[in-house]
Amino acid sequence: MSNKINDSKPTDNEVILGILNNSSDTLKYLYKTYFPMVLQLIINNNGNEDDAKDVFQEGVLVLHDKIKSGDFELSSKLKTFLYSVCRRLWLKKLNHKSRFSGGDIKDYEDHFQVEQDVEQREEKDQQFLLMNSALNELGEPCKTIIEDFYIHNSSMQDICDKFGYTNADNAKTQKYKCLQRLKKLFFSQK
Amino acid sequence: MKSEIDLIKKIESYLFEEMSAEELAAFDLERKANSALDHKVIAHLDFLKTLKSFGEEKNLRNAMNEIHAELDVEALKEQYLEKPTKVIAMWRKHKKNLAVAASVAIVVTLVTLFSTGQFKKESNPSYSALKRDMENIKRSQNALIRNINSKNQDATPSQFGGTGFALTSNGYLVTNYHVVEGADSIYVQNNKGESFKVETIYIDPASDIAVLQIIDPLFENLAALPYTFKRKDSDLGEDVYTFGFPKDDVVYGEGYLSSATGFGGDSIAYQVSIPVNPGNSGGPLLDNKGNIIGIVSGKQTQADGAAFAIKSNFLLKAIDNIPQDSLKEKITINKKNTLAGLSRTQRIKKMQDFIFVVKVYNN
Repeated sequence: MSNKINDSKPTDNEVILGILNNSSDTLKYLYKTYFPMVLQLIINNNGNEDDAKDVFQEGVLVLHDKIKSGDFELSSKLKTFLYSVCRRLWLKKLNHKSRFSGGDIKDYEDHFQVEQDVEQREEKDQQFLLMNSALNELGEPCKTIIEDFYIHNSSMQDICDKFGYTNADNAKTQKYKCLQRLKKLFFSQK
Repeated sequence: MKSEIDLIKKIESYLFEEMSAEELAAFDLERKANSALDHKVIAHLDFLKTLKSFGEEKNLRNAMNEIHAELDVEALKEQYLEKPTKVIAMWRKHKKNLAVAASVAIVVTLVTLFSTGQFKKESNPSYSALKRDMENIKRSQNALIRNINSKNQDATPSQFGGTGFALTSNGYLVTNYHVVEGADSIYVQNNKGESFKVETIYIDPASDIAVLQIIDPLFENLAALPYTFKRKDSDLGEDVYTFGFPKDDVVYGEGYLSSATGFGGDSIAYQVSIPVNPGNSGGPLLDNKGNIIGIVSGKQTQADGAAFAIKSNFLLKAIDNIPQDSLKEKITINKKNTLAGLSRTQRIKKMQDFIFVVKVYNN
């Protein structure tokens, strides 16, 4: 899956394809190319570099969600989309911190309405946090078993060997128990 | 508990396609028949998706953090942070103090302007000129109010005096506002020596005009006015004359219109070359046809023969502004002129009944 990017500057389409394929090179390119833009936006609008990091990463996640869900239409430049999302996210944060009350911020790029995408992201963020704390509460070895099997797609045999289960069926039973507990933890938090 | 694990087992083997063909068909049938089961399958599927995307997101976040660690954020910050210029930085720092200072300055300016009377005449175009002019006018106008007390203490107890003239025959008079300004009580005295109490019924400080009404029960209506009021501006060089009371007896003065504007170009007044003295304020300025063309209001102290008279036009405007319903008697401006064609002495004789000494008392 390593799409080597030889061009000094991949097109927006290539970047989208790269994200779709989880290319780490594309991510690196995306990050290094557009982070300065967001940094500029935020440090000149009452924020610091840590705010910029949070907002930018959140913005990339929005882009990632959108591309993965398949409804990213390249009606605008990738850059404009990313800027708009980060701008919206930062405005929300500023309002939240009440460091800034409405009005305009100092803009550096064109931007457009991305309210919906940002809101969808907020829901996902919520779920991410829930799942994270549910997994932490689950404890070992359940956490690792679940992560290995469901996230890293390890085979049951590997897991069996790793944890020293006598046979795969035992491991499977253990996995089911873990999954059931995780489900309970996840939904009880809501 | 046990059954739930069994269910998960079943669903998972279904999802991971570990079932035999018969088992699969049976399960499909069961899902169709049992909607609760169907829901559970879908919910489980959803949960697994959430779990999966959680994993993806976590990986992505970790990857981004790694990339972020490679960046030299400080250098980027240096490059992109807009450094406010010194002036802006100072402005930001002292914004509040400056705002307070500015408001104080504005308030002080307004109070100063107000207390020095700068707001009384707004028509003058230039502010600094206005100040000097106003002071001069005030000085010269004050000079025209005769201080009776100091000159003739026994004759009359009134403190200041001016001149007034009849506006109508039913007891309305006109004088300058500065004559009656701050008065506690005002009396007028006619040429026969009779005094009547009057009341100020209208003032127009901007035009320096005051309208008085005789409220004394002893007052009998005057004869019909011999003069009329001119609405149009008069021409330069027009022969004019006036009556006034710089002393206890009426004094006649003659001159000509020397400029269409008053002191410092003040457009509400004429400049008149006529001898006037303290006490002439409020006197009528008439032309040869017997029209009142102005009210003598002041003179320039530094220049000879430069007196000023408020244009009659502004007097008429002031009268128009008086709400008529609030008056006890109507103000009807005389339209019939009986002075024209008379000789000078006859005119003076006729006029005398309509000129009054205005005596002002303010304790």
